[in-house]
Amino acid sequence: METEILARMQFWITIAFHYLFPPLSIGLGLILVIMEGLYLKTKQDIYQKMTKFWVKVFGLIFGLGVASGIVMEFQFGTNWATYSRYVGDIFGSALAAEGIFAFFLESGFLAILLFGWNKVSPKIHFLSTVMVAFGATMSALWILIANSWMQTPAGYHIVGEGLNARAEVTDFWAMVMNPSTIDRFTHTISAAWLTGAFLVLSIAAYYLLRNRHLEFAKNTIKIGLIVAACGSLLQLGTGHSSAATVAETQPAKLAAMEAHYPESAPGDLWLFGIVDEETQDVDFGIKMPGMLSFLVHGDTETPLKGLNSFKPEDRPPVQIVFQSYHIMVAIGMSLIAIAFCGLFLWWRGKLWNSKWFLKILVVSVFLPQIGNQVGWIVAEVGRQPWIVYNMLRTSDALSKAVDANQIIFSLVLFTLIYILLFALFMFLFNEKVKHGPEDPDSIPSEYEKEKQMLAEN
Amino acid sequence: MEFTFDLNTIWFILIGVLLTGYAILDGFDLGVGAIHLLVKGDRNRRVMLNSIGPVWDGNEVWLVTGGGALFASFPDVYATVFSGFYTAFMLLLFVIIFRAVSIEFRSKMKYEWWRNMWDKAFSISSILIALLMGVALGNMIVGIPIGADKEFMGNFLTLLRPYPVLVGLTTVALFMMHGTIYAYLKTEGDLQKTLKGWVNNTIILFVILYVITTQATIIFYPHMIENFKAFPLLFLVPLLNILAIANIPRMVYHGKEFYAFLSSCASIAALLAIFAIGSFPNLVYSSPLPEHSLNIYNAASSEKTLEIMLTIAIIGVPFVLAYTTAIYWVFRGKVKLEDTSY
Repeated sequence: METEILARMQFWITIAFHYLFPPLSIGLGLILVIMEGLYLKTKQDIYQKMTKFWVKVFGLIFGLGVASGIVMEFQFGTNWATYSRYVGDIFGSALAAEGIFAFFLESGFLAILLFGWNKVSPKIHFLSTVMVAFGATMSALWILIANSWMQTPAGYHIVGEGLNARAEVTDFWAMVMNPSTIDRFTHTISAAWLTGAFLVLSIAAYYLLRNRHLEFAKNTIKIGLIVAACGSLLQLGTGHSSAATVAETQPAKLAAMEAHYPESAPGDLWLFGIVDEETQDVDFGIKMPGMLSFLVHGDTETPLKGLNSFKPEDRPPVQIVFQSYHIMVAIGMSLIAIAFCGLFLWWRGKLWNSKWFLKILVVSVFLPQIGNQVGWIVAEVGRQPWIVYNMLRTSDALSKAVDANQIIFSLVLFTLIYILLFALFMFLFNEKVKHGPEDPDSIPSEYEKEKQMLAEN
Repeated sequence: MEFTFDLNTIWFILIGVLLTGYAILDGFDLGVGAIHLLVKGDRNRRVMLNSIGPVWDGNEVWLVTGGGALFASFPDVYATVFSGFYTAFMLLLFVIIFRAVSIEFRSKMKYEWWRNMWDKAFSISSILIALLMGVALGNMIVGIPIGADKEFMGNFLTLLRPYPVLVGLTTVALFMMHGTIYAYLKTEGDLQKTLKGWVNNTIILFVILYVITTQATIIFYPHMIENFKAFPLLFLVPLLNILAIANIPRMVYHGKEFYAFLSSCASIAALLAIFAIGSFPNLVYSSPLPEHSLNIYNAASSEKTLEIMLTIAIIGVPFVLAYTTAIYWVFRGKVKLEDTSY
């Protein structure tokens, strides 16, 4: 039991830290494509200036994402060896496909994106930006295929018994397109767009409030708001269809999300509240009776399977799933409100003078990040006690060769190193923001100087 | 050795190719890191760092993809090795993280103490990564205690036996040689002259350790040469290896930097081929109970998965090779420091 808790904590800390960065890369990647595309189309220097600034920020974020991501590729083997033996046949192939189809693409073209400004033509540079953004999205696709298979396994059969039992693939496409893949991919990607959009919105709004880099900031905010508005609506739609899929495929998770205990009764929707797992009730809350049934089945009377219809050992922890889910929904709704409020102010021509709104934008950078974290907690804790839903229990998936002390050792080291990295990241990020964008031609590079010299000769 | 050219064998070779790709590519950037502190002056150190600047994280992808491919094709190996080498592997991951951030952060601030600190972190972590990887490889040769349930039965100290440490040191020397040649290829002027002087020293250091390692292998781990005895034609591989190593100083002498680097790549490939031939068909040799070794059959995924993975590889690998080549082509030539450089 102790090793299980420690191993889960380690996975949580490493993935939570890692997951600060990939959504930013994906979202910022899309924004870079838009900015550089506009530069190629309009040839206006401001777009090049914007692209160059955000590429630098992108490089920093991407570097941290890679550094923290390497751990993830090996962690299944180090801490979850039994899981790896059991599902390697299926899970491993998605992970390997991610490497071959996505990582090489991203890291290869990233070189041109960051260092290739003077080495390739603007069109090739733009192509590289597109490839990096595409690669980041493909990487999300493959890892979500792998994770969705753990939520809603499909296209497999179990071979062998006892120690030698394992899942083997029978239908690759059924595995890839398992029942939750599409919902979860679109939901996660639109969340990543929001994460990127609110990062650029926050920094640009900060410049506006400080009366610096005005043209840069205004153009950034326009692009950011459009991406944020599209992303937030897509987030709502995919969120709804994700919930419907969860209701169908993982009823215990849905029941935990709304603390729905009765074996069979119409489901209520809570706006907020605190779950009392003893009395199976929600305290201090406001509920909309029958709304959960309505959202899932379009009818307030349809009974939903509650937590009591599952054996106690098959139920996920309720409080944490309930709270995470409600924070996620609240954040999702606020982001829609902020994005459309921004569009409205822009339309009325009041955006640049609405200090109160710009201040909201500055702090709103945290909202999608918190949303990403709690969203994953809903998905992963809601699946418990299973590591692969209804197939393999988390407690049976651990490494047999690893003891608690070893995990404590690595847990402490990871925690320390991540705190250090995060502090350094924030420090350098802050430096970049304080420094701000610069005119592309103000500092001629050594390369250009040399070209000039050659031309003069 | 029974040899049938089936899917399991193909995957044994493909994993070997991925890891060889990793050793050749990340090998030179680890090597550049290993000699980094010997290079004096901020400008020179920036040149060193930027010689690997655009490519080092792409090189690491070979390791990540190798890990994923190992997980998919031989899940039992992935599970046994990484859970068995837990503490060693965690240390390796820490230094990999540290190295990545030292490259990222070093030139971001202009303070001397800041840059010196990250220079040290970069160089020491590069050396440690090479050392730990070599130690892991050495343990594969010696064999590790594996139970009937395929689980590792030793502890951290099991891994630090003399022979694996020797292989670790040899690996450091090999990457130092490889990295010095790469840096020699990418630099010009005084720095290049200095590096040229170092190439021969690193070759000598590597050859000495290589000879000792080979002797020790033949004496203490004769199971590694049984396949060669059974198929004497395979002795061509070590022969090619020696020729490739001998060719390096020759090319350096003639000033043919690129061919010197290619020879170095070839010698790394040949070294790993020797290791692979010696191990085949085992992936993880079990000692003291060889019957519990994990081989390409008892540790493999289902045939269906190996088939699917082969399809993925056939589709994906040409793309990977195409844009890896394209990237190296774009960044060919000598290092120039620019405002986007590290």
